Parts: sequence; structure tokens; C-alpha cells
Amino acid sequence: MYNTNVRGILIQGNKTYSDVTRDILKPLDDKVPLWWWITVFLATGALLWGVWGVYYTIATGIGVWGLNNNVAWGWAIINFVWWIGIGHAGTAFSIFLLILRQKWRSTINRAAEAMTIFAVMAAGLFPLIHMGRIWDGFFIFPYWNTRGPLWDNFNSPLFWDVTAISTYFMASFVFWYVGMIPDFATIRDRTTSKIKKKVYGFFSFGWLGNARGWLRFETTALLLGGMAAPLVVSVHSIVSMDFSVSVVPGWHTTIFPPYFVIGAIFSGFGMVLTLMIIMRKIYKFQDYVTDNHLDAITRILTFISLIMGTAYLTELFTAWYSGSEYELFTFMKNRVTGDYTFAYWTMLTCNAIIPQLFWFKKVRKNITLVFIISLFINVGMWFERYVIVVTSLSKDFLPATWATYSPTITEISIYVGTLGLFILGVMLFFRFVPTIAIAEVKGILKETSTTKPSEDEK
Amino acid sequence: MEKQYWQSLEEYKKLKDQSLRENEEPLPEFSIEGLEESEIKGKSSRRDFLKMLGFSVGTVALVSSCQMPVRKAIPFLNQPEDLIPGVPNFYASTFFDGIDYCSILVKTREGRPIKIEGNDMSSLTKGGTSVRVQASVLNLYDDARLRNPRKVEVDSDWETVDRDILMKLEEFSKKNEKVVLLTSTIISPATRKLITDFTGKYPNVEWVQYDAVSYSSIRHAHKQNFGKNVIPFYRFDKADVIVSFNADFLGNWLLPVTFTKQFVSNRHLMKGKTKMSRLFQYESRLSLTGSNADYRYGIRPSEESAILLNLYNEIAKATGNPTYYAPPVSIEIKQAAKDLLAAKGKSLVVSGTNNERIQLIVNAINEALGNYGKTLDLDHPINLKQGDENKMTALVDEMKAGKINGLMIYNVNPAYDYPDREAFIAGLNKVPLKVSFAETLDETAGLCNYVCTTHNYLESWDDAEPITGTYSFMQPAIRPIFNTRQFQDNLVKWAGLGTDYAKYLEKFWEQKIANEYPETVKFSEFWTKLKQDGVLQLDQKSSGQPEFISQELSAEDPLKEGLEVVLYEKISIGAGKHTNNPWLLELPDPITTATWDNYVCVPVSYAREHNLNKEDVVIVNGNIELPVIVQPGQPDGTVSIALGFGRTAAGKAGNNVGKNVFPLMNTSNGRCNVSGTPVTIEKIEGKTYELALTQMHHTMEGRPIFRETTLKDYIKNPASGNERHKIDEEKNVTLYSMVDFDGIQWGLTIDLNSCTGCANCVIACQSENNIPVIGKDQVRRRRIMHWMRIDRYYSDEPENPDVYHMPIMCQQCDNAPCENVCPVAATNHSNEGLNQMAYNRCIGTRYCMNNCPYRVRRFNWYEYVNNNSYDYNMNSELGKMVLNPDVIVRQRGVVEKCTYCVQRLQAGKLQAKAENRELIDGEIQTACSQSCPADAIRFGNLLQKGSVVSEVNKEERMYHLLEELHTLPSTSYLTKVRNREA
Repeated sequence: MYNTNVRGILIQGNKTYSDVTRDILKPLDDKVPLWWWITVFLATGALLWGVWGVYYTIATGIGVWGLNNNVAWGWAIINFVWWIGIGHAGTAFSIFLLILRQKWRSTINRAAEAMTIFAVMAAGLFPLIHMGRIWDGFFIFPYWNTRGPLWDNFNSPLFWDVTAISTYFMASFVFWYVGMIPDFATIRDRTTSKIKKKVYGFFSFGWLGNARGWLRFETTALLLGGMAAPLVVSVHSIVSMDFSVSVVPGWHTTIFPPYFVIGAIFSGFGMVLTLMIIMRKIYKFQDYVTDNHLDAITRILTFISLIMGTAYLTELFTAWYSGSEYELFTFMKNRVTGDYTFAYWTMLTCNAIIPQLFWFKKVRKNITLVFIISLFINVGMWFERYVIVVTSLSKDFLPATWATYSPTITEISIYVGTLGLFILGVMLFFRFVPTIAIAEVKGILKETSTTKPSEDEK
Repeated sequence: MEKQYWQSLEEYKKLKDQSLRENEEPLPEFSIEGLEESEIKGKSSRRDFLKMLGFSVGTVALVSSCQMPVRKAIPFLNQPEDLIPGVPNFYASTFFDGIDYCSILVKTREGRPIKIEGNDMSSLTKGGTSVRVQASVLNLYDDARLRNPRKVEVDSDWETVDRDILMKLEEFSKKNEKVVLLTSTIISPATRKLITDFTGKYPNVEWVQYDAVSYSSIRHAHKQNFGKNVIPFYRFDKADVIVSFNADFLGNWLLPVTFTKQFVSNRHLMKGKTKMSRLFQYESRLSLTGSNADYRYGIRPSEESAILLNLYNEIAKATGNPTYYAPPVSIEIKQAAKDLLAAKGKSLVVSGTNNERIQLIVNAINEALGNYGKTLDLDHPINLKQGDENKMTALVDEMKAGKINGLMIYNVNPAYDYPDREAFIAGLNKVPLKVSFAETLDETAGLCNYVCTTHNYLESWDDAEPITGTYSFMQPAIRPIFNTRQFQDNLVKWAGLGTDYAKYLEKFWEQKIANEYPETVKFSEFWTKLKQDGVLQLDQKSSGQPEFISQELSAEDPLKEGLEVVLYEKISIGAGKHTNNPWLLELPDPITTATWDNYVCVPVSYAREHNLNKEDVVIVNGNIELPVIVQPGQPDGTVSIALGFGRTAAGKAGNNVGKNVFPLMNTSNGRCNVSGTPVTIEKIEGKTYELALTQMHHTMEGRPIFRETTLKDYIKNPASGNERHKIDEEKNVTLYSMVDFDGIQWGLTIDLNSCTGCANCVIACQSENNIPVIGKDQVRRRRIMHWMRIDRYYSDEPENPDVYHMPIMCQQCDNAPCENVCPVAATNHSNEGLNQMAYNRCIGTRYCMNNCPYRVRRFNWYEYVNNNSYDYNMNSELGKMVLNPDVIVRQRGVVEKCTYCVQRLQAGKLQAKAENRELIDGEIQTACSQSCPADAIRFGNLLQKGSVVSEVNKEERMYHLLEELHTLPSTSYLTKVRNREA
């Protein structure tokens, strides 16, 4: 159907089908390595610290955060948007590439989707914790009640948010899960442990591996992908509307939906890169997640980084062109210059300038450098959210009310806690789920493995 | 039994078996093996009964011990006649704390005072109040109040105290040993009479009045010039040109509420009026009055007499009076002299400096301008501030010499506020009988043998004569909460003049009226009316203008080097009487916006030279450690520090807040003056102290927030300074339909030209709307809860800036940004134009706070009620009695804000409905507008034709804050007009 020769060889090392199964399931079969325990221990510690932070917040009041009358949103919202952005990549990755029938995605999509799930879980916590009265949080759902006209406000972006994020989470989760069914069946069939057989048997929904099953499977995956694709765009567009629907200078701008979606994909790909480099290193998956894969991702990042840069410049232009003194102040005197110069220029450097190094092949091929740059992107995207949330709120319309904001240890603990949650999730994923989609890799093995060179190479 | 049919023999058999089985005894449900007969029958034995009894009693006991806390809501068994639950009663009364006077209405609900309103029948205060008056209701519910009389540091009872003191008094009286009654200024004619009666009975008792901040030199100067030991009644309303030297008459000086009313009455620019007074302020710190001046000059305290004398010479030259040698000064006085001469008889020169030399010059200027009898009224002098520091000094000397055998102290606290407090305390220790009449165990009361615990003023009967001929009446609004007794009751009792002061007061008035009251009315009717009105004006015949006796004038040479200190009473807590009032402690200073502390205000140039920054810590005179505020407008060579702080026995809120600077009082010229003491300040390197400021940024960044113009431009074009309004109005177009109102759209206007920034509205709002106090740390975190705030901006040179006061509360936008972002519709729009909050619906996303461009929304970051971390009035059973039952106390996690006092709107509408009539304009007032002493805030229905607000909104000065955002606020502002040449 499609010739993927342009990508070169996707799976290296002369793999047979049984090699693939053995290699990928090796982490599940092997004795649990020490580093796994250490990481899980640290991640659990971080998570527990976060749990303390959440408990302390809910038991005492939002006052334990560094917020004030003027800056009423802070780290919680920054981290929420940051995590949602990261949570974007997995689904964007698999779905867009699935729809585009890019075969090279198949070794990465599983891990990327897992990342999505954990990131969205981490993100979803923040709006909850952030509420002043979490115990009345159910008011936000449009359920039947006796309060007469006092119902949900369908004009509120926060209401859209709740809908968009929960839909996105469910769609991503189902998509991820459906993709794992054949692999669970493989584990079920291979394992000698009774418990594993039972558990994986349960989760594989009695998968038989017959032609009819595969047909259904492929159709379902494509359908789910098709349904989830618009969600990828909608979820972050809607998150961006939390800001753009408001009157706050620096927020009230029409560029936000595309800007946020692109930014989210950017940060998501950055995180995928970070994780993939770690994963292929520790599990020796270099044959599956090849240098070519990383090369492809860095090329995409270079392109997105250019879009990011354009967006930043567009914002500045619009602020000037609007003639609004408030917009102009926010951008020119409170971001480009002013108290938040550091945050702004960190954002710009990390997101728009550093990734431009990927133009050089030498950089792209140097995995260590790629890894470092991917970290810069994660940091840069965090600062982007910081710049948006904090600079706009701290100095808005009436100078008498201007206030500064800095986080407290509780806010930091909750952020660290979500990092712990994410890492713990990833660790469990590494341990109990095949990190690469075995079935899909086998599907592309014939076409692309070195045992059967393609036409061109002859 | 039903007849049964069968078809076959088999069926017959089956039916037969079935019927047989039914007739058999049914099998028991459970196995009955091993059970006793009685058990099978299902009857319980005695033993079972006891078991059951034990179990049920045990269960009941256990369950009922898990009890919910009991909350009592006790209805009246016998409902008092005038009291309907839910309907407030108002009592006309008087606020007088020994320093400030105000005529008030006390709002009581279910028998407890919850709010102070201004009494608009008063010819002096005309419905205005000040922050201290508004906050005084909280003093009634102060936990620091003593519950019982005390004898030698333990609670006692009145019998013991009476017996002991009477015995001592009689003993001293027999031996003719000196006893001194030391009180604050007393302006009550009845009390003065009572003290005379008391000293008549005990001739060995001498009465001394003491004011912590003295004004005695004004009296002495008038004594020298007119032979009358008085403070004249100043008429700022009749003065077209006012020249004030260090007199903060809009903030603290004598009768600030009255003077504010007077001052703004001559500055209202409505309905085409184009005349307004002009205020020159020469001052040694940036005061509230200075911030409202048209021309303001910073001077050193030591320069004041020289400048005044130069000004006198200018005027004397023109009016043909003798001139005197005056040291040359660099401060501009030509403009002031020119304007004063142009407004002879319609001008006023005042000085707040307690220095006879200065007051004599002031009097000479006013005399030369012919202002006596016109803008200064000697016939109806001000009766406040009768203390004389010379008598006090003599008293302390006598005490130290052991000549005083008894000291009875009422309403003063010299152990805290006497400049040489060590001397006073040392003297006091030598006095055998020390009786204090105090509400709380303050610094002085703590040193006394007996504390005759007094009522709060809201529990007391009294009268007052703030200016001669104008009477004011004080009546209790609540039964005494504790086992206390009014100060006067003690004297009545000890002098054997009856049982209580209330009767004495009535008798006094009956006799007084017999002489003075012109109309022939029955006294009982008169007495009732007096209690209803709270005020009474008796016309007294003018005794004629006394002859002016001119005195030799002289001026001291100004200091050129060094720093001179200016001590001042903070707008909030004053000189220390209200230091335990958390509302006042948390009130941002109108100038510095600081709460909770005192600090050294240093001039900008000095700070630059000595590398001082805001919040650095300095040592003043080697022993007082205070943080620094670099204060624009602070004149070179001066520093200023607020009095009233550093109390050690004020109560839980006020103890050890700031530092006591009374020892820095200037006593060099025989008078106790707040300014002029030379000081040194020394920076402590590396030490800082975080002040609780509510504002960090002080310029408007060129934004059209506060609009102003000069009188000249205003006359040419009433819309001057407000040109943008028209442009923005034209741009205000929308595709969306506008809100429909059925008859009412509430609106509020703030005249920035009238507003002085006195912050009365802030405390009125706090009192009305149950706004919590959150403490120093939370204010530092910029979380102050006030629904109403006064933004303060500076412009021009930092050495002498223009100051802007802008009251801001919820603007009640018709296109409110906060409303459409709330996910649960907790904030929504009423059909009367209110942006209403359903607190119970709020889940605390704080989106509305972010989206409010005016930043008027407040979040309950913590539970501020019943929380030991916020141990103010809302954490005390007593303190909570001040809460307004009509306003919900907000829970943690809820956003709150101004609602235009929606509870008052509802009450007013119900009242009108009950009386089946339309609402009358002005009938409903919000808390902030009700008691505004400057009449700057007006409230009403924008849709009602001819209503005050709708008329005011027609002014060309009108604009809406941030109107370019198309938020369509219901609150409007009027531009400020400064009466300047350029």
C-alpha cells in the first residue's frame, strides 16, 4: 500500500518473530532490577510528599499556597496546563501517525500513550485540589437538582474544561487499552505463572488471535483513533480558552487555541523524547527504537519550535498592533523587560532557540545532546505556562493592586507529588505492560527488517 | 375451603396429599434441637428481659453520648415591647472617647449594638463618622474588657471596692490630704457639674484634665489675645482660602468629621457650580489633609514660626499692621499671602503645632485678615482638649514628692502615653490610694490598687457639649454586659448624690432647661425628644467680639542640620486608645497603606543619601528600633513616626504591636508638642522587617484611572481631564442584547473631588458585612479581606507629590467579566443590576478573581471564623456578637465581595412594600455612603428620575473606571478638580 522506504529500516538486528516477543517481554520476565526498586521507592516518596501537600491544603485552606488577592492562580494551574500539554503527545503521536499510516510510530506509540494517561491523571488532580471547596466540587456537573435556575454555567470555560479533559482521558485510555489486548494475550500464552495467566487472561478479554479478531481490532483502533483525533485538538484549545475568554491582558487573545495545541504537542514530543532515550538505554531497545526514530522526532521538534517562535513573535506584534496600553505593558514591560524577564527569556530560549540546534545532523545524532535538549524543552514549556499565568495576573489593570507571587513549599510538594505519580505510573508500566506494541512491531517486521531488504536497497 | 376439582386419580391423590400437608403443623424455620420449652414457644424469660434491658440501656447511653455540640437559639419568653427579632432598633447617642466627638445612631439587633451610623440631625457631624467611631462598636465586645471590679490585682465586688475607697476618701478628707482626680478632657456638662459636686463634698480632691496629645497653646494664645481660654470653632465652610500649618484637620485635628463636612461643602462642584475653596498646607509630614491640599509645601517643624511670621509680615504690610523681624525662609509664601489678602474675612489660618509663639502669630494673621467672628467663632468655642500639661507636670512632681495620697484616674493612660512615663510610674508608686476607672486593664490600671471597671460608652448615660451651645446625648444601647459601673455612677455614689448617674443626669437637665430652654414644653416630652434626636442646639446670645490684645511676635531660627521628628496620630488607632481594635489595626493607612505597625517615614532624599530602603530597620535615638518607609512628600530634615503603638497592656490584638514613641514628644518650650524633637537614626545593617503593606506600586503608569483637572480648566471645559470618557463611550458598542431592568438599577457614584481618603467607608463596610480580620502575616501576603479599599497613587516629584485617593469596591458591572467565567453560576446578575454572589454555591475556583479587572473579589484563604490562628473578634464568643445577622459569615474556600449592601436594599424594599409606596430616593444607603463625612459617596436608583445618582451621572466629570473594557459598571467616578493657578 504505502512504501515506507523513505524511513529506512525500522527494526534492526535481524529479528525473528520470537526474538521480538522475547526482547520486548524481557523486562516483564526478568528478575526485578535494583534500579527499578530504587526509582519506585523515590517516586513513592515523592508521591507521599505530594499526598501530604494535598491533605494539608484541603485540611487547612488554599491559603497554604502563595496565592493572593491579585494572583489567584499559580503553580497549580501552571502545572495543570503543563501536564495536560505533556499528556498531549501520546495520543497526538499515535493517532495522527496512525491516521497518516506512519509505520515507524509502532515502536513508540505504546509508551507515548502510557505517558499520556499518567500525565492526564496528574493534570486532572490540579483543578480538583485547586478548588476552595473541593467537597462541593460536584456542583460542576450538570446533574438534576432542586436549586431552580442555579445550574451550571455553560458559558464558563472551566465547565468546558471539565468536559474536555474527562472526555480526552477516557478516549486516550480506551485507545491505549485496546492496543494492548493482543499483547496481554501474548503474555498470557507465554507465562508459566498461574497468577499472571489469570490476570493477563482477564485483561486480554479472551483474545484468540484469529483473523476475525484482528480485523475487528484494526477497525476499532482506527475508529477510536479517528474519534480521538479531534479531542487532541479540542482539549488543549479548551484549556487555552480558560485564559483567552478572560479580560486579563496577555490572556485575552485569539491566538491561544492553536498556540496552546502546538505548544502541547511540542512539550509532549519533548517528553516522549526524554522517556524514549531513557527506555531504550535501560532496556536495550536500540534495535526497536532506533536512532532513526529519534531523528524523526527531532525533525518534528525543529519544525514545531519554529511555530512556537512565530507564535511568540505574533503575540508581541498583536500587543503592539492592538494599541491597548494594558496589553502592551504586559508584554513589553512585564515579560520582555521587567520583573519576569528571566522567566520570559528562559521560555523563549528553551522553546524557540535551543531546539533550532536540531538543524545540525551532528546534534541530532548525538543522543546525549538530544536528551539534554529534550529536557530544555520540558523546562521551557513549564516556563511558558508560568509566564502566561503569573505575569498577566500579577500586574494587570489597576497598578494599586499589583502583587507578586512565589510558590510555597506546599505547592512545590504537590508538583513533586505529581512527578512521583507520573514516574511511578511509568515504572509500573515498564514492569507489567509490554512497553512496545509487540503485535504492531511484528506487523512491520516483515516489511522493514534487515532480513528482507527492500527493493531500493537491492 | 374451596371446592376442588380433579381430572384423574393421580391428580386427586396429589391434591389429597397437599391438603394433608397443609393441615400438619408447619416445620419451624430453624432447628429446634437443644432449645428449652420456653424458647421454642418464643416467650422470653426474666433473664432475657434483663439482658435486653441491659443491652438497650447500654446502647442508648453509648449512642446519646456521641452528642452534637449544642447551639442555642433561645426565643424570648417575654418579648420586650419594642423588640421584633430581625428588625433593628436605632438609638441616638454620642461617641466621645476623651479625644474625638461624634453624634451617632447605634443600630441594635436583638438587643446588641452591631453598627454605628452617623446622626444626620447633628449640626456638627451631619451624619458623618470617622473610622474610630465606626470601629468603636467592636470595643464593646473586646475580650480585654474587665468583667468585674478589681482590688489589688484580683477580681472583687462592688461592695468591697465601695467600702474600701469610701473609707480612704473620708480618711483623707478628714486629714485634708490631697487626692487628685485625673481625667481625660470632659465635655459633658453634667459630669463637670458632678465633679464640682464631688469636689464640694471632698474639698481635698483636685481635678486635673490630661490630654496625651495636647492643644493647650491654642487656648493660651487666645487667652493672651482675647482674654478667653478657648479654642475657637473653626468654620472651614466659610473660608475660601485656608492656610494650614501642620493641622491635619481632615484626619485628626480636633473635630475631623465636622471639619471634613465643612471643608467639602465649599468644594462641591455640582450643577454648574464653579467656586471652590483653596487649601494651602504647610506641613512636616504628608498628612491626609496635605494629600488633599491644592498647594502643599514641606517644611521643617523648626521653620514653622519663621514661615508664619514671614507670612504675617506680608499680610501686615498690606493691612498696615506692625511687622516684626523674621528669619528669612526659602519656602514660597507669596501665593498664600496673595490669596489670603484677596479673601479677607473669608479665609482661615490654622496651626496644629502646640507652641504658643506659633499660635500667637496665627491669631495675629487671622485678626489682621478680619477672620475673627467670621471663620473663627469665639462665642461657641470647641470644648475638646481642655488638658493642660503644666498641671500634669506639677502633678507628677507632687506625686514624686509623696504629696499626693490618692489618685483617681479616669479614661487616661499616662503610664503609657506620658512623655516621661518612668517619672509618672515612679510617682504613682508613691501614691497610697490608686483608683482607676477603666474598661480594660491598661498600663495605668494595672498599677492601681483598685480598678472600678467602667461601662463601654454604648452602655452609658451621658451628655456632651462639643462646642458651646451644641449638646449631644449619650444613652445606653445595651444592658451592661459585665459587672461594671459607669465612672459617673461611682462619683454619684461616693458623693452621696443618689443611686445612679442616669437620674442625676435627668435632674441636671431639668434644672438646666429651666434656665436655658426658651420654649415652654413639658420636661418629660423634651427629655424623650432629646433621647430620640440625640442632639440639641441652644441658641446663645453672642457676648460680642472681645477686643484683640496684640502681643509681641517672634520666630525661632530654623534648624539647618539634623533630623527633626514629627509624631502623629494614625488615622486608624489615634493616640493609642483604640490600639486593641483589630479592625483599626488592619486598616491601611491612607497615605502609606501600611497596616498593623508603626515605622519611621524618612524623606526620599535622605533615604537616597543614606542608602535606606523600605523595610530596613533603624534605631531612633539609640533606643527605638523601627522599620523604615521611604515616604514621598516627607520634607527634608524630618522623619515622622506614628503614636499609639507599642502598648503592652492593650489586649491580645494590640499588645506589642509597633513601638511606643511618646518619649520622643517635644517638651522643650514648656508645652508638650508632637513635633520638633531632634533625633538621630542609625541603620542596622542587614536587618529588615517586613511591613504589612496593602499596596506596592504607587504610580498609575499613565493609565486613565484617576482623572483630574484644575479649576481653571474645569471652568473652561467641565469635561477637562475626562476627555477620554466621550471617546470610550462612543466605542462602547455591542452585538449582544443589554440587560433589562424592571424599575431599579442600583448605582453608586464617588466624587473624587470630595473624597478625602479618610477610610471611614472601609471600616463601615467591614462592620456592616462581617469582614474578617486576618492579621499581619496574611496582609503581608496581600490577602486583606476588605471589600472596599482606597487605592492611593502619587504623581509628580517624589519630594512633594500629588496624592490621589480612590475608593474602589465592586463596580457592579452590567457586562461583568466575573460572571460568565464561574462554572457553577455562583456569581450572577440580578435584574436590579447587582452582581450578586451565592456564597453557598461557590466552589472556589477563583476564576472570577482573576477576571475582575478591578480586583475587588476576596477569597477566604482560610477559615477565618472560630480559628485560633486568627484570634480576633471572630474567634471569640464575645467578639462574634458584633456580627451582622443579616450577612452570612463566609466559609473557607468561598469568594466574596461587595454587594452594594444587598441586605440593606432588601430591607428597604420590604419597608416600602409594607407601606405600599414607591422607594424614596436616598432612603436606602449602603454602609459606605451612609456615614461618608465628605458626602463623596452617593447611592440610589439610576433609573429613578431625579434621583441623586442619576443627576450626578449627568455631570461632565463623570466616568467609569476602566470603561474602555466595556464592563459597563454601575459605579461611577467624578474627576478631581484642584484649585490651582497652573
